[in-house]
This record gives sequence, structure tokens and C-alpha cells, in this order.
Amino acid sequence: MERLIKQGIDLIKGIWSLGVGLAVTAWYLVNRKITVQYPKQVVPREASESFRGPIELVGQPKDPATPKCISCMMCVSACPSGCISITKQKPPKLSPEEEKAFAEAEARGEKPKRPVAPRNPATWRYNYTYCSLCACCIEACPVNSIKFSNELYLAGTSRGDFHYDLLARLKRKAAEAKAAEDAKASETKDSGSADAAAQPGSPNISQAVPEKADEASSASGQAKSEAAL
Amino acid sequence: MNEFSLWTVFTLVVGLVAILAFIAGNAMALVWMERKVAGFIQRRPGPNQLGPAGVLQSVADAVKLLFKQILKPSNADSIIFFLAPILSFFPVALLFMPLPFSPFFTAYSPNLGLLLILAFSGINVLAVLLAGWSSNNKYSLYGAARGVSQSVAYEIPLLLAVLAIAFQHGTLNLSEIVEQQGGWPWQWNVFTQPLAFLIYFISIFGETNRSPFDLPEAESELTAGFHTEYSGMGFALFFLAEYANMVLVCCVATALFLGGWKGPFLDGFWWFLAKAYGLLFIMMWVRWTYPRARFDMLLNLNWKWLLPLGALNLLATAFVMKLF
Repeated sequence: MERLIKQGIDLIKGIWSLGVGLAVTAWYLVNRKITVQYPKQVVPREASESFRGPIELVGQPKDPATPKCISCMMCVSACPSGCISITKQKPPKLSPEEEKAFAEAEARGEKPKRPVAPRNPATWRYNYTYCSLCACCIEACPVNSIKFSNELYLAGTSRGDFHYDLLARLKRKAAEAKAAEDAKASETKDSGSADAAAQPGSPNISQAVPEKADEASSASGQAKSEAAL
Repeated sequence: MNEFSLWTVFTLVVGLVAILAFIAGNAMALVWMERKVAGFIQRRPGPNQLGPAGVLQSVADAVKLLFKQILKPSNADSIIFFLAPILSFFPVALLFMPLPFSPFFTAYSPNLGLLLILAFSGINVLAVLLAGWSSNNKYSLYGAARGVSQSVAYEIPLLLAVLAIAFQHGTLNLSEIVEQQGGWPWQWNVFTQPLAFLIYFISIFGETNRSPFDLPEAESELTAGFHTEYSGMGFALFFLAEYANMVLVCCVATALFLGGWKGPFLDGFWWFLAKAYGLLFIMMWVRWTYPRARFDMLLNLNWKWLLPLGALNLLATAFVMKLF
């Protein structure tokens, strides 16, 4: 008898749950649609911020167009797919006279300081077609110069479109950020409040560096020519 | 009433042509409706590119199916393989004949209309079996075996529910059953026979292989079930038959339980279509709500619940009809 009552209760609960399910779908049926139709609409900026797309370089706080990277090659050896290739910069070439002076000094037994190569990389290439977004390079980087970008909408017509030059990309981004900030600053100046430029705007790295407007415009022009390349 | 005359032949031919057009048009409309309902329930817009709100999408699909090459697996049994889709679609036109869309729009009104529908809808099971058997494919065979055991099982409670209505009205003629019901909802059979309606409505999901009872074509287990190997028009015929059967069972439910073409005002075929489409919408709603039932659950529900309930309902109906 007890078993029968239990079965009866289960039956009623089961039938009730069917109704609950129908109510949920009916609510969705009449409710707002939440998908976006890609070529015509894109998701808002806030929604893509948590997206982890292809990696990008992080600029220095004082010079956003130059990466923090010290060309230590840790990421290159950490990458399981071998999609990162970096070339270091060479030490500046000495003129024959300087070379001679250094040789003479060394001959005298002194230890002259020869100019060393800058630590920044000469090229930083990233093949996204092989990348599995495993974040090994990000963990390996000793100076936190790599991060995931939030590029949602990637489309290309050839494989080469996904072989990125991240140095150029960083320069372009920095110039864009600066141009946007300048535009904002001039806008607020026109409206009368000069100190409005200091307000927190879009989360750009370049905000930390206040620079003159004419420099920015030349930088953006340079970035544009690089992007075209 | 139904003596053979030239006029009968004429109405039959016109009715058949109209029914075939109705089936084809309905299938396309229903595919669009199904995709829209699915989309809306999943909080996306569904097809919306081709034509206003994507209505032309199913036309494009139909054209694609027409132009697709018909392939046959090399070890399949040719004759049966190509016979099966034809056999699946063939009886459908016949099944629509006795449906009373309105007093005027009834192609053929025999005394045993209900029996005709029940008898010929069984041919679809044979088509499923032949398709699965001749495809020489394990998925097809499994799908066919499931389809047959399921359809045969669910036909019994369905029949019991329909019989209860026949007992109540003392006729198997669908037009007369509609005639005896009133226009207002409380005059419909669904109020005198709610249990029969419930059993009928659950059974038609099993009969038409619709989710949550779509085990013969369970795509996550059997690729596409019995029609795995069919392409082009072979597939299209199965598809057409499936949707036509959906329309059919909903139309029969409308005639039996929901007062057919009668409405509170302005009787006519629009009431019939509106009620049938309402039922079709509920079928789609259910499909996109519930997960697929396991096979033993499916048969347990049938043999342990629907069949005894149907039999009891039938007995009670017979008892009440005899007493009063």
C-alpha cells in the first residue's frame, strides 16, 4: 500500500514537471531573442571583453607602442605548437673608427663597454592557424608581455591572414587608442571642460601616457602605413 | 448515398488533387513553422534571411531536395529500397479523403471513414520496415525495428480512444461525429471524453515518430534511423509522409474531439484548420521541450498506463452508453 502511495505521488510529481517544462519553453517562446545576427549586428563590447581570442602583446606602461617583451624566448620554447617566432635585435653596428678604438682599448688591457643589443624583439610573429589557445606562452612569460586579446570576429580569405605580426598590431592598437583619446580630449575641450580628458574612458593602455596631439597624429599616420603593409 | 456515379468520380478526383496540393503546401508551411517555433523556444530568430521572416526557406529546401542526386547503397535491395518511400507516401492521400474540413470540403464521406484511416495508416509501418531492411545498414535496421514495435504498440491505445468516441456517437463516419458535436467548446467531445483525448494525444506522438517518442530516427543514436541511406526525393517522400501524418492525426483529433469545422460563430473550414494547427503547434512545443524517452520507458508508458486506461475508458463509455 505504501509503495502504491509513493508511486502515486511520483506520478503526480512527474506530470507536474511536464507542465513546468512546457511553461519554461512557452516563456522563452514569447520572450526576447538573445542571439545576434552576425554580419548585421555584433555583440556589445562588454560581452566580448571576457573572450579569449588570439594572443597579443602588452605594451610598456610609458610607451604603449613598444612591448614589455625582453626577447627571452621563453614563450617560443613553451609553445607546444610552435606558432611563435621571435628574432632578437642585433647590437648597433659600429663604424670602422669606433671598432678600431675599441680594439686599441682592448689591446691596452682595458675593458671598454661595447654597446649591447636592445632587449626588445626585432620581429614577433604569431601563427594563429596552429595555436590552440593553451596559454602556455602567457604562463611562461617572465615580464607578462603576452595576453589573450578579445578579438571575437575573425574571418579571412587566406591562410596568410592568420599569420600575425604582433609588433605591428601593438603599434596600431596604441595609435588607435591614442587617436581615440585625443578625439575625446578635443571634444571635451570644445565643450569647455579642459580637465575632462583625465576622466576614465575606454580601457586603453595608452591612457597612462599624456602626450602632445601632433605626436599622436604622426604616430597614427605611421600605424596606418604599417597596417597597410 | 455513396452509390457509384460520375459525380462521385469527379468529386474524388478533385478532392485527391486538392488533398495532394494541401499536403505539399502544408509540409512546407509546417517545416517553416517548426523551425520558427524551435528557434523562438531556443531564444533565437530561426530562419529569417529568405523572404519575409524566412518563409521562402522551405521553398529553397524543397528545390534543393528536388535537384539532389538519388543514391543507393551498393548492397541495398533496389526494388524494395525504392518502393519503401513510395509506399510511405502513397496511402497519405487516401487517408485525407474522409476528413470533413467542412460540409462542402469533404472529398469522400464513407460510413467507415474512421476505419479507413486507421487501416491505411498502418501501411506507413510497413514502409518504415521495408526502408530499414532494404538499406543494408545497421542504423536503418535498428530504426525500422524500433519504428515497427513502437507504432504497433501505440496503435492499440489510439484505437481504444477512437473507439470510445465511436461508441459514444454510434458511428464511424467522421462527418456525422462532427455533426453531433456543438460549436461551443463545452459541446465538444474533449469535455465528455477528456481521458480519451489525452490517450489519443499521447499516442499520436508515438504513431508519428515525433519527439519525445522519435526513437526510429533518433539522430544522436541512429544517425537518421530508417531513412539514413535515403537522399533527394527518397528522403523528401519520407519527410512529406511524416508531416502529412502529423497533419492527419491532428485533423482526426479535431474532428473527433474538438468539434471539427464547428465554431462559436461562422462555421467553416477555417475553424477546422485553426484547431488542427493549434494541435500541431502543441506537438512542436512538446517536441522542443522534452528530451527523447528511452525505449523501455516508451513501451512501459504504453503497455502499463495508456492501454489499461484506454480499456477502462472504453468500458466506462460502453457502460454509460448502455445505461442512458
